Amino acid sequence: MIAPVVQALASHWRRHEVQLATLLIGIALATALWSAVQAINAEARASYARADAQLSVGQFDELHAPGGFIPLELYVKLRRAGWQVVAVLEGPFRVDDRTLRVIGVDLLSYPALPAISEARTGPEPLGLTEILTAPGRIFARPDLAPLLANHPELPPLIETTAVPPDLILTDIGVAEKLLSKRGQISRLVILPDQPAGLPPLADLAPELERVRPSEAVDTAQLANSFHLNLSAFGLLAFAVGLFIVHGTVGLAMAQRRGMFRTLRALGVPLALLIRMVLCELTAIALVGGFLGLVLGYFLAGALLPDVAATLRGLYGAPMEGHVVLRPLWVGAGLAMAVGGTLLASGQSMWRLSKLPLLDAPGLQAWRTGMTSPLRTAKYGGALIATGTATLMLGDGLAAGFVMLAGLLVGAALLLPALLALFLTGFERRANGPVAQWVWADMRAQLPGLSLALMALLLALATNIGVGTMVSSFRLTFIGWLDQRLTSELYLTARDDQQGAEIAEWLRPRSDAVLPIRRVELRHETGPLFLYGIVDDPTYRQNWPLIASAPDVWDRVAAGEAVLINEQLARRANLWTGDRLTIAPDWSLEIAGVYSDYGNPTGQALVAMQQFDLHVPGAPNRRFGIRTDPAKATELAQALRDRFDLPPQAVIHQAAIKAQSLEIFENTFVVTSALNILTLGISGFAILTSLLTLWTQRLPQVAPVWALGLTRAQLARLELLRSVLLAALTACLALPLGLILAWILLAIINVEAFGWRLPMHLFPFDWVVLLALTLLAAAVAAAIPALRLNRLPPSDLLRVFANER
Amino acid sequence: MLLSIEHVRKAYPGQRPVLQDVSLALDHGETLALTGESGSGKSTLLNLAGALDAFDSGEITLDGKALSALDDTGRADLRRDRVALVFQQFNLIPSLTVGQNLAFHARLGGRLDKAWLSELSHRLGLADLHDRYPENLSGGQQQRVAIGRALAARPKLLLADEPTGNLDENASREVLDLMLELVRETGAALLLVTHSVEIANRLDRRAHLAGGKIT
Ligand SMILES: Nc1ncnc2c1ncn2[C@@H]1O[C@H](COP(=O)(O)OP(=O)(O)OP(=O)(O)O)[C@@H](O)[C@H]1O
Ligand SMILES: [Mg+2]
Repeated sequence: MIAPVVQALASHWRRHEVQLATLLIGIALATALWSAVQAINAEARASYARADAQLSVGQFDELHAPGGFIPLELYVKLRRAGWQVVAVLEGPFRVDDRTLRVIGVDLLSYPALPAISEARTGPEPLGLTEILTAPGRIFARPDLAPLLANHPELPPLIETTAVPPDLILTDIGVAEKLLSKRGQISRLVILPDQPAGLPPLADLAPELERVRPSEAVDTAQLANSFHLNLSAFGLLAFAVGLFIVHGTVGLAMAQRRGMFRTLRALGVPLALLIRMVLCELTAIALVGGFLGLVLGYFLAGALLPDVAATLRGLYGAPMEGHVVLRPLWVGAGLAMAVGGTLLASGQSMWRLSKLPLLDAPGLQAWRTGMTSPLRTAKYGGALIATGTATLMLGDGLAAGFVMLAGLLVGAALLLPALLALFLTGFERRANGPVAQWVWADMRAQLPGLSLALMALLLALATNIGVGTMVSSFRLTFIGWLDQRLTSELYLTARDDQQGAEIAEWLRPRSDAVLPIRRVELRHETGPLFLYGIVDDPTYRQNWPLIASAPDVWDRVAAGEAVLINEQLARRANLWTGDRLTIAPDWSLEIAGVYSDYGNPTGQALVAMQQFDLHVPGAPNRRFGIRTDPAKATELAQALRDRFDLPPQAVIHQAAIKAQSLEIFENTFVVTSALNILTLGISGFAILTSLLTLWTQRLPQVAPVWALGLTRAQLARLELLRSVLLAALTACLALPLGLILAWILLAIINVEAFGWRLPMHLFPFDWVVLLALTLLAAAVAAAIPALRLNRLPPSDLLRVFANER
Repeated sequence: MLLSIEHVRKAYPGQRPVLQDVSLALDHGETLALTGESGSGKSTLLNLAGALDAFDSGEITLDGKALSALDDTGRADLRRDRVALVFQQFNLIPSLTVGQNLAFHARLGGRLDKAWLSELSHRLGLADLHDRYPENLSGGQQQRVAIGRALAARPKLLLADEPTGNLDENASREVLDLMLELVRETGAALLLVTHSVEIANRLDRRAHLAGGKIT
């Protein structure tokens, strides 16, 4: 019995090749975007894991020498005193036209060593003794082997995938030679599990600064937020793709109703029929999913260099620029394709199971299967209410996300009812009969188009929301950089004495020298960094205050008041007018709060005299230098030459800004690439819905044509209809997108990172987006419109013919 | 002469010609019944007369206009302003209400006469159904709306293709009686395709289509 049923089912697809292609494209696009994002994320995570495990990045405390290298004697002194520290020497190293990073460590005590010897990709495993007794080896990824092979002067290479890209790991002795830095150490890693009763580091090596991993930006957390962003995009694109599948499967089922009925009349049991159709859909989903995986693989490959650059720059997370095929990824992609297809076909399958054996086939029966917009709207309203209530009752990141999901899905469900409302309104106002018909007809078409329009709404709202967030972040961050990094040069001296010399030398050669001095204190909410500042117009004019009392700078200068950063203000709930207890015997009134993005810890600013009075002896090695921007480079070089400073001791503010800007541009490239792709898919969803509706369109347009409209007119109206519906949806997407942006900026961000970003609006972006949307809608409607324009009259007449 | 069909030939692609050499004339206010076997080409001829489709040779003149010379727009104008059509089914615009459907053709041509429309709708028994949508009407009601819409536009020529073909005998007689009565009142000419000899006998003239010719 099975063979003839298969033949009958398959015969449909042979006669409807375009439909089959649409279905496959829908599944493939959905799978492609989803799995591309997954591939990118997996790649990034794998890179972090490697870096974390092998190089202890951000895991342990470290000791840094401000402005220079740590002398070997100091290291020996610490080791003698019992401190378990690992010396690291690192620096850039040029090989032909590439700059690699060399990290030299004392391999015996370096925590990463076991991992490296395990991960060796050579023919036989590497013994620990082999590494240690070797006259010096270098470790690098296999892709560097050809490059390094050209340089016989280098020690022998051990290829391993356990080190990050573009890096040479070696013994500190070898590194000294390669980098020509004899007897120097870049930093010391303080290992966990130190023996008890050690003399304090502050006594042994007061000149070294202990840097906690938390003091740097928390890479993992920020990188996670970036991945979350990408995943959300991937899931959204997948959902939009499923709309296409839903529409196409629905059409194929509707067209085969007659066949199903005949098959059942001929004695095929319903259960068997359903099972066969499920098998058919699964087979199609597997083919589509496979195509999607191929597509996704290339897409990920195309996007990954940008993503890698973004993560490397923004979060300092090292990452490679290429994709590796993982079996898990292939399996998950195919599972998503099959699961998604079956999910999207659920409604059609349910209808198939309820298909009566005897019933006149026709359009009416198919149409009554749709849920009413009002009922959908009620569900939508309920979802939004649930989301809002969750946010008001609970708090935290989870509540924010519940709100987001509720709002987005709820708004999508509200869409058909809202559109119907608008269309009814327009219809009432319409003057001519044609206009009246167009509005009424649009309303009649809504049920068939609403899934595609919902997809469009979600795509547009996400586009606006995420776009507003990223752009606001960028604008704020750049503005803040301008305010905070006002000094043209930032200088770190070797020690206090050199600091004083440099300040003296600079005084006649610059506009102002602003000392930056700080100590770490404790506040009940966590670490508190206290800064001393001198009174200078630079602060008065530029400091990014978000709340302040009158005469704020005069009062701070007079030692009467303190300024705190937003993080501390929010954490301790202290605002202008409250008192901050800086030390048990020292409290000051808060005269203002300033924004301080990207910094997780609390800060406070007091006048330098107060600072010296209460915390004497704080290091005085860092300065901001005000000068004519055009002369900054010259002055920086002069400083380096005069005082023999390493390059990183004098930092050019413009360079920092340029770097930050570049990072944001990269984030933009990825975000907008995904934006455009999602928009493209929702355009394709509109097209498939229109094609799906095509069979129902003829009875709608044929009477109007018979009454005296030309096919060309009808075709133009068809285009107009699609563009108008898209435009209406876009208008509704705008407020939704802005609410989304607000939630991201004012709720999610505050919960996740502790600072709130002001929201900026970008109307020009909206105009561009609207234009793109209308274009997508017009392109989607162009095919049905052209078809209508070319339709032979006899086809239109068939609608009225007796044979029906 | 309102409608004159001369030596018209029509073939659908890949088929023997449906109409070989058909000639027929209809004067203002005249009613004519067109009969013939199923598949003889009655609907085809009616569609040609209504400027809905193009023919291969010969000429059709409608109210002084030669159809072969008209382009798409010209034919659409003619359908809007001079002719009205009632088919066997799917006459109505599904997205518009009964009231909107009734007024639609007249408004398209800019000839809406509200008093006449309301009289028509009362006499066709549709006065209470104005806010309904076509899919909620019975077959007979739907056809009455189609007739009302056609006559509301005061066409010179009404073309009706088995307008009661889907209705039972009683409903069919009721609808046709109303149609004939109203057509006579408005002075429109009528070309009616029908299978029923009884109905054909009630019209001014009869034409029979067979073998692609009028006999
Ligand atoms: N659009 C079309 N394309 C191709 N062939 C057609 C088309 N319309 C009609 N025909 C063919 O032309 C012939 C005449 O059809 P037509 O509909 O004019 O007959 P009819 O006399 O109206 O029949 P009936 O009494 O069944 O309505 C038939 O053989 C039919 O198959
Ligand atoms: Mg016919």
